[in-house]
Amino acid sequence: MPEITTGQAIKEALSLCLDSNNTTFIAGEDIGVYGGAFGVTDGLLEKYGEERIKDTPISEDVIAGLAVGAAITGSKPIVEMQFSDFIVNAMDPIVNQAAKLHFMYGGAVNVPMIVRGASGAGTGAAAQHSQSLESWFCHVPGLKVVTPSNPQNAYDLLLASFVDPNPIIFMEHKLIYKLKSEVTLGPLPKDSSKLGKSKVVLEGKDITIASYSNMVNTVLNAVKDDSLKDYSIEVIDLLTLSPLDTETVITSVENTHKLLMCQEAPGSSSIGATLISEVVSSRAFNSLNKPPTLLAGLHSPMPSAKHLETAVIPQEEDIVMKIKEMIDNE
Amino acid sequence: MNKENKLELYRMMLLIRLFEEALEEMFSRGLLHGTMHLSIGQEATATGACLALEREDLITSTHRGHGHCLAKGADPYKMFAELLGREDGYCRGRGGSMHIADLSNGNLGANGIVAGSLTISVGAALSLKIQKLDNIVLCFFGDGAVNEGSFHEALNLASLWELPVLFVCENNQYGMSMASENAVAGGSIAQRAESYGIKSISIDGNDVEEVYNSVLEFKETIKSSGKPMFIESVTYRYRGHSKSDRNLYRTSEEIEFWKEEKDPLKRFIGKLTEEDVEIETLKEIEAQVREVIRDSVKKALQSPESPKTNLEEDSYA
Repeated sequence: MPEITTGQAIKEALSLCLDSNNTTFIAGEDIGVYGGAFGVTDGLLEKYGEERIKDTPISEDVIAGLAVGAAITGSKPIVEMQFSDFIVNAMDPIVNQAAKLHFMYGGAVNVPMIVRGASGAGTGAAAQHSQSLESWFCHVPGLKVVTPSNPQNAYDLLLASFVDPNPIIFMEHKLIYKLKSEVTLGPLPKDSSKLGKSKVVLEGKDITIASYSNMVNTVLNAVKDDSLKDYSIEVIDLLTLSPLDTETVITSVENTHKLLMCQEAPGSSSIGATLISEVVSSRAFNSLNKPPTLLAGLHSPMPSAKHLETAVIPQEEDIVMKIKEMIDNE
Repeated sequence: MNKENKLELYRMMLLIRLFEEALEEMFSRGLLHGTMHLSIGQEATATGACLALEREDLITSTHRGHGHCLAKGADPYKMFAELLGREDGYCRGRGGSMHIADLSNGNLGANGIVAGSLTISVGAALSLKIQKLDNIVLCFFGDGAVNEGSFHEALNLASLWELPVLFVCENNQYGMSMASENAVAGGSIAQRAESYGIKSISIDGNDVEEVYNSVLEFKETIKSSGKPMFIESVTYRYRGHSKSDRNLYRTSEEIEFWKEEKDPLKRFIGKLTEEDVEIETLKEIEAQVREVIRDSVKKALQSPESPKTNLEEDSYA
């Protein structure tokens, strides 16, 4: 099994998509010769040619819109938002068009397209290149929202997204691109059943920590802290944010009686806010012996300076402290 | 164009006019929920453009799209059923007036967002190119759309990538209440297309033969060159923007002028009779169209409502 980065794993998945469907193309800014701002599409132009690896002008609206038009006419497009912040310029095609057409036209069309975008902070890129906007899209019926956290699930989920008949927002946190691990490069799945399922990535019985995207990695590092060696911690990677698999979390909380949700995005109207609301409204309510807690990014634009950036995003030590607070004060 | 073609243009313009007049009547009787945007006065552009296309050519349409839909071959019964919220409607009551799609006739759907379909038409044209299909996409939009960013992004990309799109701007001279002359800097919509390297013309959008011939010629040029083209079709809507419009932004004299002097149906009837088409022939067509409308309305009113179930499930494919 090869050890590859998430960026390489995504490229392998993209190659398989291109190999498997000759109507598939990738369009985006600087994805050709440049290889993508994060190098994900490096080498694809040489392999597939400019008819399929399409460098676009800086025009996010038409990048997303052309995916919609191609998708409803029998093609299978994958487009890239260089930084997911730029998706703001493409909201009409995504929210008013891609998400709506299947429903609005009474089921007469499907819109099978993927919009990939580099999300998240940690690179000092400041407020307009560091956001985690995933929850915006979860609020829109008709879209699916996927947030991988490592090379293997990025590979698997991108392929699952490709075989799904719906528009997919695929948010790739910048800090996962260089994570490296062994990856099973499996074939194209028969269906998209991997979407909409969260995964218990660490089993435990004292507390459930739910998270997604790169914050899962921060959580997994945090729980290795020596001061937590006597705690049994369960960690759940949500993986798909819409549809959100709350059942896995509810079942876990029934066993651990505690829920800590960790995310980089601000807390208001967020994934964590929704998840906690779902859990306390569920059969797990009576199992809880502590109020569920949301450890989220500050309600602030992302600052550039490293020390300020880390002040906005929950850090390992914040997570360690919160776990102890929730367990020790029993 | 032979006589048969001309009578078909007449029949279609009349079908659109009577379809929308029937809608108005149903609206005033309280039978329709929601609003609608009528294209009465603009029938020549929809008719001339769509009848110059083949069934496999694609169109994208606008909020004022009943005419495009009918001219591309839609069944009036299924359209009435849609507006009435019936299960037999094109969108099973989920789309209504503004969102009718009819894929089997190449209609990719009407769009409630001004300029919303421009980028979609570019993607559809890319699909045709990728799938090596020898057809074009005709993208309808209004004068209001030319000041949206997506208009410029779409034209730029269609030109750069040499995509088979025929952009047809139905310039009815008002974006809701905003007069086009107060909204379009530089004055000319057609010139904007030229600045993207797209050949464009401005035509009399109330002359159905001029529209038909222009679209036919441009369609063939697009097929041979692979490059997009642009038509500004100048027309006028008699009714308000939607049902809530009090027409405060224009004079009744202006509306009367267009109705009396420029009406596409009146002009075409005049032309046909000059060309020795029997008035009886036109009356016969009118009687047939009236019967189609009457029967379609009746059948739609009797058809079952869409059930309320599965709305969440239906959000996803």
